[in-house]
Amino acid sequence: MNLLDYFRSSKISTAAVAKERLQILVAHERSSRNQPSYLPQLQKELLEVIKKYIHVDQEAISFNFEQDDHQETLELNIVLPDLSHKKN
Amino acid sequence: MARIIVVTSGKGGVGKTTTSAAVSMGLAKKGHKTAVIDFDVGLRNLDLIMGCERRVVYDFVNVINGEATLNQALIRDKHCDNLYILPASQTRDKDSLSLEGVGKILDELSKTFDYIVCDSPAGIEKGAHLAMYFADDAFVVTNPEVSSVRDSDRMLGLLASKSRRAELNEEPIKEYLILSRYSPDRVKLGEMLSVNDVQEILSLHLLGVTPESKSVLNASNSGTPVILDEKSDAGQAYADIVARYLGEEKPHRFIDEKKGLFGKLFGGK
Repeated sequence: MNLLDYFRSSKISTAAVAKERLQILVAHERSSRNQPSYLPQLQKELLEVIKKYIHVDQEAISFNFEQDDHQETLELNIVLPDLSHKKN
Repeated sequence: MARIIVVTSGKGGVGKTTTSAAVSMGLAKKGHKTAVIDFDVGLRNLDLIMGCERRVVYDFVNVINGEATLNQALIRDKHCDNLYILPASQTRDKDSLSLEGVGKILDELSKTFDYIVCDSPAGIEKGAHLAMYFADDAFVVTNPEVSSVRDSDRMLGLLASKSRRAELNEEPIKEYLILSRYSPDRVKLGEMLSVNDVQEILSLHLLGVTPESKSVLNASNSGTPVILDEKSDAGQAYADIVARYLGEEKPHRFIDEKKGLFGKLFGGK
């Protein structure tokens, strides 16, 4: 480390920030473009069916599509409303 | 059978036309019969960068519509007999190009040319789609800057899904990274993404780095591809890029910063 590096190290490098932001963004965009094209529609219709039976907010339901060489997994996660509150 | 190269980026202003002009000239100077096609219908500029703007009579769209033959529209470069330019139409809109029309022209060129360089317009619309659709190789021109890197990644997605090779389930397009307008000094200061950063994000084979250079503007001012300015850093960077593409081993240059007096006094290495 030389004298200049010493002064530089006190500053946050904007390049490092850029890299981190890009890594997150690119990973996110790559995963969403590998999804099958019917996924948004499927998601919407599943949501409607679930809402017919359970009163949940949209935020309580999460979809996760994962893909590897061998299989594709569609994970549907529903957080059910807290029943103990309802009884009161 | 010609090898079809698309020069693409998604984002505008990163150096696609500069690269198309330099690479096609480089390939031609190495003895390969090369055609370079401007796909930016309505906003043609390759003719200016190649210095043949006053010799344009017929264009790409004229040939597609059968108003001129390919030979009438191709302009032979004044510096190199192996290089021909097919200009874009300035007056029509981007819908003048059709998949069949472009395919027919590329087929015809393929019979007599070794390389066909397709200079893609910015964006992801029709012109850009047609420029990459028939490609065998893609040169993805990227600046070390967030929006350019993101757009390049988007183009990689399109190359892998919306090209002829993808649709026919053939071997995918070979993708190469050209990192342009690089400033090693700013990288050193932590102000610019480094080659390694960009490669890590895009995971592409690096064909070369071209430095931010005054010679690029000088070259476009005078209408001579920058690769002909053999003394310039950018010209040498493009010569390296062409050589590497043709299989020569060349160490990467223009990645480390130039040291001024101050750097020499305080620099470590």
